Amino acid sequence: MTLRARIVVERPAFRLDLDLTVSRGEVVTLLGPNGAGKTTALRALAGLTPLTEGSIELDGVRIEKEPAERRPVGVVFQDYLLFPHLSALDNVAFGPRCQGRSKAEARSRARDLLDRMGLAEFSSVRPRRLSGGQAQRVALARALAVEPRLLLLDEPLAALDAHTRLEIRSELRRRLTGFDGATVLVTHDPLDAMVLANRLVVVEHGVVVQEGAPAEIARRPRTDYVARLVGLNLYRGEGDGDRVRVGELSFAAEEHVTGPAFVAFAPRAVALYRARPDGSPRNLWEGRIDGVERHGDNVRVHVDGPVPVAADVTPAAVAELDLTPGRPIWVSVKATETHAYPA
Amino acid sequence: MPWLLVVPAMLGMVFLVLPLAGLLVRAPWSTLPERLSEPQVLEALRLSLVTASLATVICLVLGVPLAWLLARTDFPGRRLLRALVTVPLVLPPVVGGVALLLVLGRRGLVGQWLESAFGFSLPFTTAGVVVAEAFVAMPFLVIAVEGALRAADVRYEEAAATLGASRFTVFRRVTLPLVAPGVLAGAVLCWARALGEFGATITFAGNFPGRTQTMPLAVYLALETEPEAAIVLSLVLLAVSVLILVALRDRWVGAAA
Repeated sequence: MTLRARIVVERPAFRLDLDLTVSRGEVVTLLGPNGAGKTTALRALAGLTPLTEGSIELDGVRIEKEPAERRPVGVVFQDYLLFPHLSALDNVAFGPRCQGRSKAEARSRARDLLDRMGLAEFSSVRPRRLSGGQAQRVALARALAVEPRLLLLDEPLAALDAHTRLEIRSELRRRLTGFDGATVLVTHDPLDAMVLANRLVVVEHGVVVQEGAPAEIARRPRTDYVARLVGLNLYRGEGDGDRVRVGELSFAAEEHVTGPAFVAFAPRAVALYRARPDGSPRNLWEGRIDGVERHGDNVRVHVDGPVPVAADVTPAAVAELDLTPGRPIWVSVKATETHAYPA
Repeated sequence: MPWLLVVPAMLGMVFLVLPLAGLLVRAPWSTLPERLSEPQVLEALRLSLVTASLATVICLVLGVPLAWLLARTDFPGRRLLRALVTVPLVLPPVVGGVALLLVLGRRGLVGQWLESAFGFSLPFTTAGVVVAEAFVAMPFLVIAVEGALRAADVRYEEAAATLGASRFTVFRRVTLPLVAPGVLAGAVLCWARALGEFGATITFAGNFPGRTQTMPLAVYLALETEPEAAIVLSLVLLAVSVLILVALRDRWVGAAA
């Protein structure tokens, strides 16, 4: 195990308390809404925010008492924070210089790193003249130049526009895979989290609410926040083996669960009808249209009722259905696309 | 037009500009070159430039770290210290001169000791001029640099710390370059203030031509004996002030762009 930390930071009206373990070569992403305490956790690991209590152990050595400059940690900051008065090369050489290497040594190391990042020709350029993607790579090179055993990245893609983001994201993934220390990354973007992480840690209100492989979390969200991020309808209820009771509704699902349970299904698994459909679909109830919005190629319909639900319908279906807000509508969900799991 | 504002504004402008215009009108332009090359004038000018520059260097060496302490650290009594540092800003310079005499004079608290230990005394020497000017001008530098430090993004300093930089290295390689424009502006203001210093200088260092008689002192003295010479000396000081203003403006415009 490379990193083992318990981070407690108390502020007026806020308490962050999370346990974090990251293995060598693993990329763990802290995912959560703004104000959840992700950045505070990262700053605590870096030594920029003092712990109220807890400990940080890196490769078996306790470092929570060490000041930031003595921790074997590299940080890529949100706006990269490249020193504006230094060239890209001297930005990267800054760390090695502080570690006591000669100017020539530090620069040659920096040149190597910039080379590996595909930025050899930008060595003498000031940060202000770099594009967002280039600046991000310089920031990564600068953080790696100190040969950290723990790499921290704070919203590494937030400063990029949508187009470059796509490209930089997969590139960053490749580079992080090449790093053999522990990596902790902070983001509020679920896609970034899914693509970059081996393991997700979802943080809300200063505590871990869910933790696991990205695919697992995408399939089985455990909070409304996560469900919204991964685009699923999520309800909490009580399973009796065959069905899960949620308020006055009773869901038939693929899995059998007894006791407290979650029910989750995708908006595209939901069908809407103007009148009660024939036959007897298993999960059926009546609600009222709450709102309608475009969602990719489809239309997302929000329906109020015993439980609020989001449904994706095709534009063709929209023409047939009368989607005036307030209008009654029948909702059904296929049991085969409804998933239940213990809460 | 809101005349109640415009009329006083115009009067205020005239009030500020008219005396300077008068200086230009009454200047003995025909004899200006020879007046300027008089040894006494050159002497006073040289002394002024040298002492103001030395005072600025002292202010930089002591004032920048002081500004850093006020802007970047927190300790009990910091606010009080900040208030004390700015006292010379509002203190009548003559009072400053008296205070300096009491402490650094031959019988002063520190001066006594300086005299007996090193046989060295500050009052009525060129070094005394530098001390008086630095005393009066340092708050300008400290305030300017502290403002620049507070405005600078401390996250750059945090980034430097995560790269292994000690606090001094952070200051030298990151903080100082980032606030360089502020330090420069502060130094220029400080230098201008030192150049124009009169009250503290004449009280603490006296008025000896070639040794402690700076330009403002020479102007004051000449006004009684040779009014034309006073005008010429004043013109020189005015020219220097305008030059500083222009230099600073460029600096500020440059920083904003």
